[in-house]
Amino acid sequence: MEAIIEYISSNQQEFYVFILAIFVGIEVISKVPTVLHTPLMSGSNALSGVVIVGSIIVLGKTDPANYLALSLGFLAVLLATLNVVGGFAVTNRMLEMFKKKPGKK
Amino acid sequence: MILQIIDICYLVAVVLFILGIKMMSHPDSARRGNGIALSGMLLAIIASFLTPGLDNLILIIIAMALGTIGGLYSAKTVQMTAMPQLVSFFNGMGGAAAALIGLVEYGDLPVDDIGKGSVLMASLVIGSVSFSGSMIAMGKLQGVIKDIRINKILGFLVLAAAVGLAIYVLNSGEPQPILVYLLIFLSLIYGLLFVYPIGGADMPVVISLLNALTGVTAATTGLLYDNKVMLMGGILVGSAGLLLTLLMAKAMNRSVSNILFTSFGTASGAAAPGQSGDQVAKEINTYDTAILLAYAKRVVVVPGYGLAVAQAQHAVHDLEKILEEKGVEVTYGIHPVAGRMPGHMNVLLAESDVSYDKLIEMDDMNEQLPNTDVVMVIGANDVVNPAANDDPSSPIYGMPILEVNRATNVIVIKRSMSSGYAGIQNALFFDAKTRMLFGDAKKVLNGLVSEVKNM
Repeated sequence: MEAIIEYISSNQQEFYVFILAIFVGIEVISKVPTVLHTPLMSGSNALSGVVIVGSIIVLGKTDPANYLALSLGFLAVLLATLNVVGGFAVTNRMLEMFKKKPGKK
Repeated sequence: MILQIIDICYLVAVVLFILGIKMMSHPDSARRGNGIALSGMLLAIIASFLTPGLDNLILIIIAMALGTIGGLYSAKTVQMTAMPQLVSFFNGMGGAAAALIGLVEYGDLPVDDIGKGSVLMASLVIGSVSFSGSMIAMGKLQGVIKDIRINKILGFLVLAAAVGLAIYVLNSGEPQPILVYLLIFLSLIYGLLFVYPIGGADMPVVISLLNALTGVTAATTGLLYDNKVMLMGGILVGSAGLLLTLLMAKAMNRSVSNILFTSFGTASGAAAPGQSGDQVAKEINTYDTAILLAYAKRVVVVPGYGLAVAQAQHAVHDLEKILEEKGVEVTYGIHPVAGRMPGHMNVLLAESDVSYDKLIEMDDMNEQLPNTDVVMVIGANDVVNPAANDDPSSPIYGMPILEVNRATNVIVIKRSMSSGYAGIQNALFFDAKTRMLFGDAKKVLNGLVSEVKNM
């Protein structure tokens, strides 16, 4: 318990960001029409692929002789990339139906 | 210098994430929003490549190439109807990646760093739950996994065991690689038990919740590395995802606690026709309806006696005009016995100068309905009741009807849930495609006109 309190107080900046980001997330999507629920879910899913940054760093810092860590890291990068690329691509496909209609009268 | 550049890139990426999500919550800007969020992600990825002392570059690039090919291929080839499964799958991949990072990192972390250690345990547990839960959700949506009753207490026991184990590992003061694997195993099991008992119809809400969880793991991973872009991006997804979960549940007329804790058997609610007592009709508001209408290609209005009662013929004509200005094709589906006399609707609409060639007779209309995006049923009931086609016990069985449930979306504008002239329940109101917009037809239509105008 003591260690956790210690950790929080020595990383105050991170925890401020943490709290503020919660409110930003809620504010930013306060009024969403129902038709956009699924695309928005898919879009924020693509954003959660930001773990790719962590997986690149983890694989990049792994000792090239440590084969277990290397393969786990490799898998992490691969899966995170799937999440990012697939997430954005599938969101874009869903949103194609909102393209401005040609031939406006 | 390079470290400062990385920090600034991360900062800009976070701003792009926020802008992207913001824009994605409005239909006009949604597509650009997605692009902006993507550019933020690319920037964050490039910045992470600049991290000093990065090794194994070839491996990283191979892994990313494989992931890109796999992601693009599945996103391009998936059927429109199978999209939710795919989103669930991608979400599970993100959770798995976070758990794997935690696993690799565990070997490097000093055992006495309890603060970071707790963050790492959280990454492992939540990432694994998100992964296995997403896989089950995907299987359920695909119809591969059936609904099974599982006692919820079992799930909580497994979760409690996992948390207890995590605390033990943290306090043991020694590296516990085997116990960490056991922790991941327990978390995976909890993910299964968590999603298994939830009805298939509620899966979209569950996926949204799992998506929020993946966001949280991204954030805990960010804490682990003191990396702001992961922290901020992850929390953003976590809180936006949680709110979205609540909104989705509300749109489906379900409460989240209902879905998560008392859920089995809900999917079978739509069983026998006529037994609509336990069914819930889904409501929609004026704003959402206006969006649906404004972005449709073909809209069909099915007027009934309620339109006449509310004297809403002018309001409906106004809505038609403003939708046509937006490039939406609007026609009227006229059932021969809609209203209280044959031709009632034609007369009524002619009164408000609706052009005659927009009034389509029932048989022609039924052919066009499958290509229609939105059908708006205004004050009509029995003439759109599917019981006339498929329930021999119904008093109106055999009556020809406008088969509105062949269209993509059905909006029913009605004062209340009361039944029509024939006094029988209408299964259409409980159809998955149907949304109810309650209120006086004239007021509702005027509201729609002003909402569409503002778009």
